Amino acid sequence: MATTASHTATGTATDPAAKLLEVRDLHVEFRTRDGVAKAVNGVDYAVDAGETLAVLGESGSGKSVTAQAVMGILDIPPGRITSGEILFQGKDLLKLKEDERRKIRGAGMAMIFQDALSSLNPVLSVGDQLGEMFVVHRGMSRKDARAKAVELMDRVRIPAAKERVTQYPHQFSGGMRQRIMIAMAMALEPSLIIADEPTTALDVTVQAQVMELLAELQRELHMGLILITHDLGVVADVADTIAVMYAGRIVEKAPVHEIYKAPAHPYTKGLLESIPRLDQKGQDLFAIKGLPPNLMNIPPGCAFNPRCPMAQDVCRTDVPPLARVTYEGLTAERRSACHFWKETLRG
Amino acid sequence: MADMAKTAGVAEKPVTTEPLLRVRGLVKHYPLTQGILIKRQIGAVKAVDGVDFELGAGETLGIVGESGCGKSTVAKMLVNLERPTAGEIQYKGEDITKLSGRALKAVRRNIQMVFQDPYTSLNPRMTVGDIIGEPYEIHPEVAPKGSRRQKVQELLDVVGLNPEYINRYPHQFSGGQRQRIGIARGLALRPEIIVADEPVSALDVSVQAQVVNLLDRLRREFHLSYVFIAHDLSIVRHISDRVGVMYLGRIVETGTDAEIYEHPTHPYTQALLSAVPVPDPDAREHRERIILSGDVPSPANPPSGCRFRTRCWKAQERCALEVPALAVPAEFRGVGGPAEHDSACHFAEEKHVVP
Repeated sequence: MATTASHTATGTATDPAAKLLEVRDLHVEFRTRDGVAKAVNGVDYAVDAGETLAVLGESGSGKSVTAQAVMGILDIPPGRITSGEILFQGKDLLKLKEDERRKIRGAGMAMIFQDALSSLNPVLSVGDQLGEMFVVHRGMSRKDARAKAVELMDRVRIPAAKERVTQYPHQFSGGMRQRIMIAMAMALEPSLIIADEPTTALDVTVQAQVMELLAELQRELHMGLILITHDLGVVADVADTIAVMYAGRIVEKAPVHEIYKAPAHPYTKGLLESIPRLDQKGQDLFAIKGLPPNLMNIPPGCAFNPRCPMAQDVCRTDVPPLARVTYEGLTAERRSACHFWKETLRG
Repeated sequence: MADMAKTAGVAEKPVTTEPLLRVRGLVKHYPLTQGILIKRQIGAVKAVDGVDFELGAGETLGIVGESGCGKSTVAKMLVNLERPTAGEIQYKGEDITKLSGRALKAVRRNIQMVFQDPYTSLNPRMTVGDIIGEPYEIHPEVAPKGSRRQKVQELLDVVGLNPEYINRYPHQFSGGQRQRIGIARGLALRPEIIVADEPVSALDVSVQAQVVNLLDRLRREFHLSYVFIAHDLSIVRHISDRVGVMYLGRIVETGTDAEIYEHPTHPYTQALLSAVPVPDPDAREHRERIILSGDVPSPANPPSGCRFRTRCWKAQERCALEVPALAVPAEFRGVGGPAEHDSACHFAEEKHVVP
């Protein structure tokens, strides 16, 4: 991990100052009985208002832990943020006191979780849970808050909102519950929404409804959206920029159209080739060999090297920096943490 | 070892044109009761309500559908974990739903199952050797006691696991490796048919491809036939020769993979396909999306007539009155080409929804 310092220097140099959210060189680890799990190892990303950043990764890649650190809902201990900055509208959240952060949570940024049934309180009506946002943050009366809750449910297109506001989470279907989660996140019109696998638990036809709703509200309120997912299809549908994570680091960051056309990291390339396609009947699928690394024992050099078909000696010793990728016709910023991004790009 | 697969205890000789498996009018209703002491039946959850399909030797039939459509209940009935309320499951011409005792045991050997969740479908207190070898306890004729350990090691090798892992416990393996153990257990008795219920849904993308490839290789190597049940339309297309689309307890459309994916004629299939996100950002601008309104109705009280009519943009009065039969729709009968396949819709129409 000796070379991570050099990569942060290149990672922050070109970013303009006025981003909505900027994560700089974030490191998070978990102390467990068996040792220290390095979940996030130097993550940099930024989102602007109106922009959608998709964070793509498999389980254990650190995508959710990064988001929890941003929201300030990381379990500490066993988690620990060892270094880095999280700048929200220019303010470093990690330097704020807990009561200051609480004010930002909900009003400034909000989160939508994967599993709506376990994220909602089963013994409170959805109206009470939605209204609570207004009572706590805006000091409204219960009655006004209830009216606001109905308004929100209308906005996320829950039919018969007036009647259903007194119902409990279990009385709603999976898709409707996810709409309530979205309504709750939107309640105070935050400028940033973090959606952690918002449609993974839903059926495809319902997933399409929910994603459409989310995209529409984002446009309307001009919010920044961080979409955390493992689904390359969902990403292609909604994202502007993609950050691919592996073993706690961003290995590739690119505009969505560029990355699908030509990935600049062997891991991204492997992922794209390993998914079966709806529009093609393929032969054997390409499978990335091996398994993701154990976070307590990340391989030296590039963490992907034991699974990489292109790995050379340098990959086993030097951590590749998240270097700038350039080629003719590329206008936006694009980065890859591979020593051989040029070769990967060529195919 | 391959010859053992053929010593099935089924009396009837298969006719050459006979499919391996033929399902006719399969129904499963779960009773809804009221009262604690005196239970009265007040209705039924119609989980599966009249399903027909056939599976040929060496074929892979994919069954897709959303949660609650009854696809897993069909799987359980195929391996006799659930008794059907009505209907027949013919294995080589013999109705296995009526069998019991020794005859049932013999049939079961030939139809094995691979489960979805590799975490809960393996007993955490048994070693891998015991898990994979357990089928031999029930069917000792397949492998005499002395040769079992060796057979289990062979199976581990076949599914791509180190044979030396035979004494390890499930928690020492990753999700993908556990699913391989589940597959090895399914193969132990050298079955002809494997019913796989969402076998890769719980796995990460990079591991999913490994397991899909493994299933494909095993099918060729051991001449297996698969009933592959999944909600992921892309994977079903990849692995299947024929596909059946289920909605609320019924198959609404069935055909070859090209017929279903490139020439769907049932509105539900069209909506389902158009809702699947395609990993191609260029497709998002010019792709037509059919966004269905509402949720799937309760199977305890399904709509009259066509079950999809409550969410269908084409629904008319006829759809509420007449149940559409699963057959080639009149407008496509005899026209030839890929649109001519079974579709249970009064107003079937071809539509391209996959880019």
